[in-house]
Amino acid sequence: MNKILENSIEKKVVLEARDLKKHFEISKGIIKREKVNVKAVDGINFKVYDGETLGIVGESGCGKSTTGELLLGLLEPTAGEVIFNDVNLSKMSQEELRLARKDLQVIFQDPYSSLNPRMTVEEIISEPLIVHNIMKGKKLKTRVKELMNLVGLQEHQLKRFPHEFSGGQRQRIGIARALALDPKVIVCDEAVSALDVSIQAQILNLLKKLQDELDLTFVFIAHGLPTVRHISDRIAVMYLGKVVELADKNELFDNPLHPYTHGLLLSVPVPDPELRKDDPTTMKGEIPSPSNPPSGCHFHPRCKFATEKCKELVPEFREIIDNHYLACHHPLIKEDNEVFDTSND
Amino acid sequence: MGVTSIARSPSSKRVNKKVFNRLLASPTGLVGLCIVFFAVTIAILAPVISPYDPALTNPVDRLVPPFWSEGGSTKYILGTDNLGRDILSRLIYGSRISILVGISAVVLAGAIGMFLGLIAGYYGKIWDFVIMRTVDAFLAIPNILFMLIILAVLGPSLMTLILVLGGTTWVVYARMVRSETLSIKEKEYVKSAKAIGAKNFRIIFKYIMPNVLPSFIVIATLNVATTIILEASLSFLGLGIQSPEVSWGLMLSDGRDYVATSWWVATFPGLAITITVLGVIFLGDWLRDVLDPKLKG
Repeated sequence: MNKILENSIEKKVVLEARDLKKHFEISKGIIKREKVNVKAVDGINFKVYDGETLGIVGESGCGKSTTGELLLGLLEPTAGEVIFNDVNLSKMSQEELRLARKDLQVIFQDPYSSLNPRMTVEEIISEPLIVHNIMKGKKLKTRVKELMNLVGLQEHQLKRFPHEFSGGQRQRIGIARALALDPKVIVCDEAVSALDVSIQAQILNLLKKLQDELDLTFVFIAHGLPTVRHISDRIAVMYLGKVVELADKNELFDNPLHPYTHGLLLSVPVPDPELRKDDPTTMKGEIPSPSNPPSGCHFHPRCKFATEKCKELVPEFREIIDNHYLACHHPLIKEDNEVFDTSND
Repeated sequence: MGVTSIARSPSSKRVNKKVFNRLLASPTGLVGLCIVFFAVTIAILAPVISPYDPALTNPVDRLVPPFWSEGGSTKYILGTDNLGRDILSRLIYGSRISILVGISAVVLAGAIGMFLGLIAGYYGKIWDFVIMRTVDAFLAIPNILFMLIILAVLGPSLMTLILVLGGTTWVVYARMVRSETLSIKEKEYVKSAKAIGAKNFRIIFKYIMPNVLPSFIVIATLNVATTIILEASLSFLGLGIQSPEVSWGLMLSDGRDYVATSWWVATFPGLAITITVLGVIFLGDWLRDVLDPKLKG
């Protein structure tokens, strides 16, 4: 029944990660050289639908930024593929990829290091249009001004250098640059985490406004759940190179099924000490090294519900309720949910 | 159009004023600039200001001391050398060769070093290996010895001198540019250039080179100083500039035999080299401060 419902309202998939993997090889040891694989991204699957915002959250080092770069084709995947508008990016040559990126743009985390300090704002924003030979001369100038207005910058700032701007303004420059080519999908790689909280809100609202006006699809990578909640439609939670849970924003916040998601939600500071709860699922310990991940379910050493099965068997990432994907042997099931308890199979 | 011209003028004026203020705030920078400016002016105006022909010998007035010493005359302000040539005139003409060699050799070395350094740093792999091992090979051979051999084979002339100096000192730039490139290419703005679909060529020339340039210019100015000294050494050793052309190094070499009896023959070219080199070093030091983008703004 669920399947029928899903098919009838199925939206267009614009970007898809299919079993995407990225392993980095590093050498360890001085005398006995050993090659170690760091599994930054280790087999992830998700779809991004047209016009939505998919949030990707996780702790530092869980591979979310690597995922972003894989989606953009800035990194070559070790295995798996990225499908963008029914085209396989992973099979493209460098030149094809270069042209395909017209529709796939990125906003970077640090507005201080993502703008070339030796180019003026005008050069920075007009560069994508020049690179792809789309327009020049007067037309180009008009377009740059139009883009500046769109992101809330003033035209008289055209000839200034990035160092003359504040962090929030710089991020606006970065956004204007990303918008210049009229992309379909924008990957925001921690686009607001380097900014002050009040500026974060401004930029998030700007992104939302732009999404409505320009019909954009966002992949929003962040480490803080509150930020992601504000902007996302669906949220994917990553842990040690894997997506552990993927669901609608409200579903995820109201009904987290993975102990890790639950722990993340609880770790968000609550300003009222009376409301603070000490829950048994709150995580213990540190995130393990991705070069030597734990066996079975990567989360089991930090999980309160871990059993022998979790140590041995890697949980499968599957749709557990309608549009709610999960990789866990022992989901946190509430009474009123019709969840198939898979712990016994 | 109106908007851009209004926006541009205050901004560029502001930058100029800032550079000027910083120059005033740094006395050594100001001194360096004055010395270099003075030296270059003299080199350009040599035929106008020089009292005599630098190659004109006068057997009657051999080894005349400077005018303030006993036996000196105001006819030859800084005295004459062993062939009766006016030292002041030779000093003025010598600046031409010294500065010309200093600057052109650095430009040549800089161009080679910049190009190879960018390629080695940006493309890495086999390019990096081949270029950097070549650099190592150059560094393994003593510079002066290497230059002497080449000059001896090719025969000394102004052109070969510049080529040899440029062709052996580029390794310094290549190493520096390569290491800077390695760090700059990992910056997010380079990633952003790739993301918008910029080609390698564009990334190298619009993103990496402008950001390598400040350190590059500083090293280059300092190397103008070392090159002037190298030219002097080679001329001193007899494989640099040949008479009747004149350079400070050659004058120094000529004066060597008379240091004990006629101190002025070697002292004035020596002083000229010291002061000019010092001026260039001061200027380079100051440029390093001015070109640091973090200090801008």
